[in-house]
Amino acid sequence: MAHAHKLEILRGLIKFKNVTQKIWGVLILLSIITAVEVALGIYKPESLKGQFLGMKILNWIFIILTIVKAYYITWDFMHMRDEVKALRRMVVWTAIFLILYLVFILLQEGGYIEGVYSKGYIKHDF
Amino acid sequence: MSTTVANTGTEGKAWGGGNEPLKASYGKMMMWFFIVSDALTFSGFLAAYGFSRFKFIETWPIADEVFTHVPFLHGQEHPMIFVAFMTFILIMSSVTMVLAVDAGHHLNKAKVTIYMLLTIIGGLIFVGSQAWEWATFIKGDFGAVQTKGGNIIQFVNTDGHRVALRDFVVAAPSDRVQHERKNGLWFVSEGALPSYSINDVIHGLESHPEVLVRTQTINEHGHKTILSREESLKQLKTNGKHVVEGANLHENEYGSPLFADFFFFITGFHGFHVFSGVIINIIIFFNVILGTYEKRKSYEMVEKVGLYWHFVDLVWVFVFTFFYLV
Repeated sequence: MAHAHKLEILRGLIKFKNVTQKIWGVLILLSIITAVEVALGIYKPESLKGQFLGMKILNWIFIILTIVKAYYITWDFMHMRDEVKALRRMVVWTAIFLILYLVFILLQEGGYIEGVYSKGYIKHDF
Repeated sequence: MSTTVANTGTEGKAWGGGNEPLKASYGKMMMWFFIVSDALTFSGFLAAYGFSRFKFIETWPIADEVFTHVPFLHGQEHPMIFVAFMTFILIMSSVTMVLAVDAGHHLNKAKVTIYMLLTIIGGLIFVGSQAWEWATFIKGDFGAVQTKGGNIIQFVNTDGHRVALRDFVVAAPSDRVQHERKNGLWFVSEGALPSYSINDVIHGLESHPEVLVRTQTINEHGHKTILSREESLKQLKTNGKHVVEGANLHENEYGSPLFADFFFFITGFHGFHVFSGVIINIIIFFNVILGTYEKRKSYEMVEKVGLYWHFVDLVWVFVFTFFYLV
């Protein structure tokens, strides 16, 4: 191979001996995260139903865990960890910036329309 | 790069296109750029879903109450379990794919073949599961009534558990038959008629005092609002329009029509990606068997379809969160 694979995840906390071992390690990590998500999704603990920055804490946890999963799929399964910095930034930051912008615009607008429906004397439940 | 497939004769000539500042081959880089654009398409769909959901935040269906079915376990409610299974299958097939890529780096044809085969099988199981999920969603379970304003009202017993229409409604004989092109105007057609008329439902509700109406509105505890007995009868009699069973693009028994529309569109678009991924994987699988990459001394094609396959997994991670969890 032209370039070597980086064999550590979690900022060097866990080091693997070879690529195969790293793959199984990442699988275990992803499975644990999915299991936590499913458990939280089934039981929905009352203590996590408080609001934080306009959203339930539980939903924030789901979204953060999803991004963690996405990071490991991209970095280790798609070998983004082994690509040069320029390619990595080109792909990741373009997508992240445009998606954040799009999501912000649409959610803001959706929330506004909801306000018009519920406070603007428009009857839509009949 | 030693694994580059094509040599263009411009190697080392900086201004002849011969250098690779990104240290990636043309094909791999283009696959990355395709993935970025496809990611934007998917995020467009998911953001549109978020828009509609925020717009109808007070009445949006609760996914936990919709996707509760598991194959072979009839009548039992297991929210999340089947989707979690599908997620795991897709992650597993991602793992076998990355193992195939790794075996390709070592030019180990036998291992690449086996891992590609396992990946294809995983993909097929996923697409099959999705087909089952669609079939269950389209068929519906409990049935509901649509109001004149286009809202959905469902039925529960006094414990708050859902009651299916078939459990308390008796269909009265009706002369109304489905209009088909062969027995009426050839340019007019209509869908299958619901099993019950709205009057059957009203009679059923009147004769079953333990059945109540549940509206779409979500109360402060995060549950759907259940009406009292008098309000239930009043709501059904004054606003009930017709019976809805299952889901299509116009109406569905789960709530807002947009919910089913986005379900079909987003999971359908993702399922289409998985399906095309399986097809591409099969092509590559046969190329591996035929020894195409063995002759090339490079398994980079496996790496490229691998990127696509992982991307499909990546998208599912987001669909899973935003459709089933949040």
